[in-house]
Amino acid sequence: MEWIVPFVLTVITASTPLLLAATGELITEKSGVLNLGVEGMMLVGAIAGFAVTASTGSATVGILAAVLAGAMMSLIFAFLTLTLMANQVATGLALTIFGVGFSALVGSGFVGFAIDPLPALAIPGISAIPIIGPILFGQDFLVYLSIAVVIGVGWFLAKSRAGLVLKAVGDSHHSAHAIGYSVIKIRYLATMFGGAMAGLGGAYLSLSYTPMWAENMTAGRGWIALALVVFATWRPGRLVAGAYMFGLISVMQLHAQGAGIHVPSQFMSMLPYLATVIVLVIISSDRAKIRLNAPACIGQAFRAAQ
Amino acid sequence: MVRLEPRRQHSQAMVYLSPVLAILMTLVVGGIIFAFMGKNPFDALYTFFILPINNSYGISELFVKATPLVIIGVGLAMGFRANVWNIGAEGQLTMGAIFGGGLALYFHDSESILLMPAMFVLGALGGAFWGAIPALLRTRFNANEILTSLMLTYVATLFLSFLVHGPWRNPEGFNFPESRPFPDAGLLPIIFEGSRVHLGTAVAVLVVIAGWLLLSKSVIGFQLRVVGKAPQAARHVGFRQKRMVWFTLLLGGALAGLAGLFEVAGPIGQLQPSISPGYGFTAIIVAFLGRLHPVGILFGGLIMALTYLGGELAQITLGLPNAVTGLFQGILLFFLLACDVLTKYRIRFGSIAAKGRTA
Repeated sequence: MEWIVPFVLTVITASTPLLLAATGELITEKSGVLNLGVEGMMLVGAIAGFAVTASTGSATVGILAAVLAGAMMSLIFAFLTLTLMANQVATGLALTIFGVGFSALVGSGFVGFAIDPLPALAIPGISAIPIIGPILFGQDFLVYLSIAVVIGVGWFLAKSRAGLVLKAVGDSHHSAHAIGYSVIKIRYLATMFGGAMAGLGGAYLSLSYTPMWAENMTAGRGWIALALVVFATWRPGRLVAGAYMFGLISVMQLHAQGAGIHVPSQFMSMLPYLATVIVLVIISSDRAKIRLNAPACIGQAFRAAQ
Repeated sequence: MVRLEPRRQHSQAMVYLSPVLAILMTLVVGGIIFAFMGKNPFDALYTFFILPINNSYGISELFVKATPLVIIGVGLAMGFRANVWNIGAEGQLTMGAIFGGGLALYFHDSESILLMPAMFVLGALGGAFWGAIPALLRTRFNANEILTSLMLTYVATLFLSFLVHGPWRNPEGFNFPESRPFPDAGLLPIIFEGSRVHLGTAVAVLVVIAGWLLLSKSVIGFQLRVVGKAPQAARHVGFRQKRMVWFTLLLGGALAGLAGLFEVAGPIGQLQPSISPGYGFTAIIVAFLGRLHPVGILFGGLIMALTYLGGELAQITLGLPNAVTGLFQGILLFFLLACDVLTKYRIRFGSIAAKGRTA
């Protein structure tokens, strides 16, 4: 049974970046905005977090830089789609292409750098309890933050007045505008929250998951996060389940060899991508459920009638 | 205050002016970025955009790089017109290379003139097969083709990696992850002596002409144009969305597959883990830059090909990271999307109240 603890720990570290990015995108989409640039925002967050941590020696400053960088990326998207009413799909793709190039450019000076991974927040005594101790009480700060943010977002959407307004904007922007809410302003904020969280998810990869920088290190996680939002049918609780399921699938290749399963590594690496496709198919084929849960105005430009 | 006011009709002039404006703005921002990196912006821009094509070999290389971009771009544009977002062309390209290239490896001692045409067919089939999966999942299961086509790109790339590391590795090689070299009968003929311009470049021109005819003369081309401009009208007159999804994904996949085959049977000459510097993604920009029109895509392909050549040259002579190419491509698409606003809206200065007074 001694394999359980390291196994669960790798699942948690593989799930956290997905959960962070997907939680942000969920809020963005709830406001009626589809930002397909998650992959690009994560990459820019990853390099911002890594570069600033490596330069200043402070992971805290690095994490803040990643949040800021992700939010700045989403601001480009918001300006193009919300102010200039550009097509959201095309702009999201542009954001990813830009993010891949920009992060690689900035990161070219940081390849091969080593930093200390984020420290675990150990609680003396409790963290020493076998199995439960290291799993529940031996994680780094961002793991706890990811759970806290999901709970916060769940409360925000279900219980708060602001959450109600956000959903109204996403479901019927003309009605929300008629009541007097600023659709564009709310969408700007929701989009920037999505960017900040994607930046944080990227920083988790470069500061904790593999404390280093490599070009394109997100390897499609931004896209998987987008699929997770659909999988969760826009509900935060199911997002946690989905992210941890994908974390589990993506670490299976690490443990398969140890367990004596000899499948070529490339096929094991395909699993998260194939699982994404399968999960999308299963969830999307229930059209009624998607229609019921998806924000009705998702992807549509809004222009106040004058 | 600056406001956007809707035009009564889309400005046709802005449709063509927008790419020009976007390119100029990208050059300005590019110069600023170079200055930040400690390079003389004029020298750097010259190295990036003029030096690669100031001799005949450079121009021939421009054609080599533009070939896959144009072929894929024409296919993608058809889909984008119908709001079918195939962004997995890179994967379809890879499958085309695997299918068509696989045939060349199977008949690696062949001298038959039939090998090449058969590779064309298999390359297109491989790409179409990879495009058919998102089409099936979208039409049958309502699954978003953006995400499925992209996920399948990762699967295709990993599959190619498996093949060249495993069963298709060159038995006479030095354990490198690459296949045997293709036989001469499986290599595309060079059409300009002393260059790498191959038969695929001629095919790219044919694809542009065929795409133009399809769009302007055929029924499905008419439907594509209507669906893009007036989706509700298209639904009213009964154009079947499902047929559009199948048509555009199969066509886009087949063309991307063909482009992939041309890469491995042309400049590369064998299968290896990496066969494309992201042509399938860059072709998305090419399609938009070319205004989703085959003739425009021809020009768009040449311009984006230049960013690849410029990136390579800037890496060698100025020591700039190759990532500059991707950065420029992303910035160009940003500016293009921003400038496109002006086709539907005009900029007005002054507040609404002021307008009320003058009216």
